[in-house]
Amino acid sequence: MEPSIDFVVALIPIAPFLAAFLAPLLHRFVGPAAGWVLAIVPASIFISLLGFIEPIAHGESFTYALDWLPAMTYLSPGLQGVGIQFSFFIDGLSLTFGLLISGIGTIIVVYSGSYLAGHRQQGRFLAFILMFMGSMLGLVLADDLIVLFIFWELTSITSFLLIGFDHARQASRRAAIQALVITGGGGLVMLAGIALLHLLTFDPASGQALWKMTDFIGVADLIRQSDYYLPILLLFLAGAFTKSAQFPFHFWLPNAMEAPTPVSAFLHSATMVKAGIYLLARMSPIFANGYVTLDLPLFGSVDFYAWNIILTTFGGVTLLWGAVFALKQTDIKQMLAQTTIASLGLLVLLLGVGTELAVTAAVIYLVAHAFYKAALFLVAGLIDHGTGTREITELGGLRAKLPFTFAAAVLAAISMAGLPTALGFFAKEEMYAALIGPDWHQMAVLLVLFVGNALMMAVGLSVAITPFFGALKQTPHAPHEGAFAMWAGPVLLGVLAMMAGFYTYELGHYYVIPTASTIYNFQVDSHLSLIPHFNQWPVWISIATWIAGVALFMFLPKIRVGLQNMQRRMGWTFDDGFDASMFGLIKGASMITRLLHHGRLEIYLVVVFVGFALAVFVPQIVGGGLLTSIEMPVLTFYEWGVIVIALAGLVAVLAAGTRLVAIASLGIQGFAIAMIFMLFGAPDLSFTQFMVEILSVVILALVMTRLHLDRRDRRVPWEILRDGFLALVCGVGVTMLLLLVLQTPLDMRLTEFFAATSTPIAHGHNIVNVILVDYRGLDTLGEISVVMTAGVAILALIRMRGGGPKLGIGAKKSSRRRARKGASA
Amino acid sequence: MNTIIFKTVLPVLAAMMLVFSVFVLLRGHNEPGGGFIGGLIAASALAMYGIALGVEEARKALVVDPISIAGVGVLLAGVAGLLSLGYQVPFLTGIWHSFSFAGAEVTISTPMVFDIGVYLVVMGTIAAIALALEEDEAGQ
Repeated sequence: MEPSIDFVVALIPIAPFLAAFLAPLLHRFVGPAAGWVLAIVPASIFISLLGFIEPIAHGESFTYALDWLPAMTYLSPGLQGVGIQFSFFIDGLSLTFGLLISGIGTIIVVYSGSYLAGHRQQGRFLAFILMFMGSMLGLVLADDLIVLFIFWELTSITSFLLIGFDHARQASRRAAIQALVITGGGGLVMLAGIALLHLLTFDPASGQALWKMTDFIGVADLIRQSDYYLPILLLFLAGAFTKSAQFPFHFWLPNAMEAPTPVSAFLHSATMVKAGIYLLARMSPIFANGYVTLDLPLFGSVDFYAWNIILTTFGGVTLLWGAVFALKQTDIKQMLAQTTIASLGLLVLLLGVGTELAVTAAVIYLVAHAFYKAALFLVAGLIDHGTGTREITELGGLRAKLPFTFAAAVLAAISMAGLPTALGFFAKEEMYAALIGPDWHQMAVLLVLFVGNALMMAVGLSVAITPFFGALKQTPHAPHEGAFAMWAGPVLLGVLAMMAGFYTYELGHYYVIPTASTIYNFQVDSHLSLIPHFNQWPVWISIATWIAGVALFMFLPKIRVGLQNMQRRMGWTFDDGFDASMFGLIKGASMITRLLHHGRLEIYLVVVFVGFALAVFVPQIVGGGLLTSIEMPVLTFYEWGVIVIALAGLVAVLAAGTRLVAIASLGIQGFAIAMIFMLFGAPDLSFTQFMVEILSVVILALVMTRLHLDRRDRRVPWEILRDGFLALVCGVGVTMLLLLVLQTPLDMRLTEFFAATSTPIAHGHNIVNVILVDYRGLDTLGEISVVMTAGVAILALIRMRGGGPKLGIGAKKSSRRRARKGASA
Repeated sequence: MNTIIFKTVLPVLAAMMLVFSVFVLLRGHNEPGGGFIGGLIAASALAMYGIALGVEEARKALVVDPISIAGVGVLLAGVAGLLSLGYQVPFLTGIWHSFSFAGAEVTISTPMVFDIGVYLVVMGTIAAIALALEEDEAGQ
């Protein structure tokens, strides 16, 4: 292979971001056609990924790494580490995901061009979609865990933008924040897991710790046997479960339906929610089959396969929860959203079972679901677009009016129901085959799968049949078919899913085996076959599922009413819980703010100085290093002179009649200190001290005049006592601390280092300045940024007019305007 | 503050202070001085100019808004750091270059550019705050 192909790997996640920058501009020039033009980007990504299929089927993989943060790694001292690399790789699993994202992404971009035609902010929308696509591609191609994390959070942020696209509506803002809080928060929890995993992989022999997922497989045994296995696993699962909407984090997904339909089709079929599934699949070779022994207070010693138990349990609960709640909904998008939750649960469950057949089933189901769910969401969009409603009870008899939509819906529903020759058929066969066995828990999982599949099939039938058959119902506007750009995609997806049955060998060879082998970490076999094996159980369970699904569909209206009544009686949802906790957070924050930020300046100062006194005294007392003896220093007469000046300044401050005089007198002290610096050989410090003194007196005086304080300081006696006492304590404390420091021998190592290296390597004789601009230049850069930001903030405060009446702040408008004019002239 | 002496002397004094601040800035690498202290001197010059001759006069003399000067300073310091990337060395590594100009040996370096950035930030920020405070005082 020539080296350039590896670079293509890195280019794939970057290209959509570049296109995103162009999108608004392009939209301005070509209008709705921008969808077609921009679709070139995902389409070319898709085509370039197709080129990887053949070599990857032969067991090759491709990597591209660029040094990014070489110092960010846990190392033995003295070693040069690899650190964090901007690294990407393609193997079977990432290829499957990459193809799904770019392929369905192409359809979505074309569809959006038509769906949002005439929308003022369509360019922005397309830019968001492309940025999201780039984040998603980066996520599935990343090798380094930190790179994966960054793209992971980027998908949270870009999906926030997409879900909240219609930001004028409160519901959509809330849904966007909810998705961001849950998925972004889960990602942060996962970051802790990533850090732990990194530290855990430290190998004393090589002195290196690992960041890359491809490297972790080599030390998987070490990870599984570690005491930190369970915490790390739980932290990673927090990330995956929030992203993939597993119970009890499932509720953000239905709310995210506030997004425009193309977004739902993209986020909830092939991308966003599948990111968690991707992570689980990717980490499966490392985490699966880890055996954990726990000492619980009530149950005694418990041992179990953590990965398998947790994933099957949560996956199973999520599957049933989503499938049951799907029946309750009347909005087509909501029905589909709930079945998406169910499907995600199903995938988690299969990965939790983790046998060769289960993993194969998960791989097939993953793609089958992406196809039919994307198609069905797009159908929902077509129905909404064509009739003005998505309420399934208000729709009927549309098959003649929306023929292509109808065709797409039927094809997708066939795959969802798992009828031959659709891809969904093979998924169902494999998952049943994976779980047939004598164990009671295998039977239990099988039963969960059966129930879940039957329920989902009923919903699928409902979406594909109810709106299109029966009598034509009155809809908000007269039904009409969408444009070619809109129906072409879902029809294509449906046809492709149906064709699966005729290419079983190719599917197995190029897609199922490479992908499943990556997850299972062992070469798996593919035995897809269209010919039903009537002598085996899976076929009969499939047939039973179809019958149950059709039966449920017949009684769906009654079941729906029953479930809605039940929900009403429950009276509390996870959604309410989320709201309660968010409001609680805001209330708590404002309580703490009110407590700390009460606006009484003198109390702030008292708190600061009490804290200061404690910080000075407590270590001296606790550490037992209280000063015992004071040695009288020998000073020259001019050094005494400076001290006398400082004392005179102190007297002047205390005796000052007005505040302004007090501030000016304070300057005397500052000058005395600057003199001391000068006498003891620190000209730079002295220099700076002088200037700071001058400027602070000037600025304090200016502030004073603006605040319109009384000219004199009027404090009641006990306040004077309190403040005087605090001042004395702080002063004595600092003096003692300084004397204490002087009693310890001076460590000259740093001084010697800087003195020895300043001129040869930094070309400067003034060590103070060289340290500032060279040795610790990054700190200085940070500091000057803070200085500038503080300046902007202070300007904003000074110019703010809101506080005007209370404090008398604010100049007359005309003078300000004249000043502005003067400044710009 | 409106004494005639102050008003007459200040323009000259401020000009001298500004020249001096540049001198302090440029000598900073080898002698006492540097961007921070130079910036403070320049800011005092501007603040005093504003007090003596009015904020409007000060702003007119400055041409650009002082806070923009601070922004340029941060940018300059950042760019000085980025220049090292062209030499395949880490961010903020000092790059030194000497040449002879009119018979003298002149050395320019990225730490120097960086220090000029510091100078501009300190001068711009403090001058902006001082002028804004003076302005509101004058307005009342």
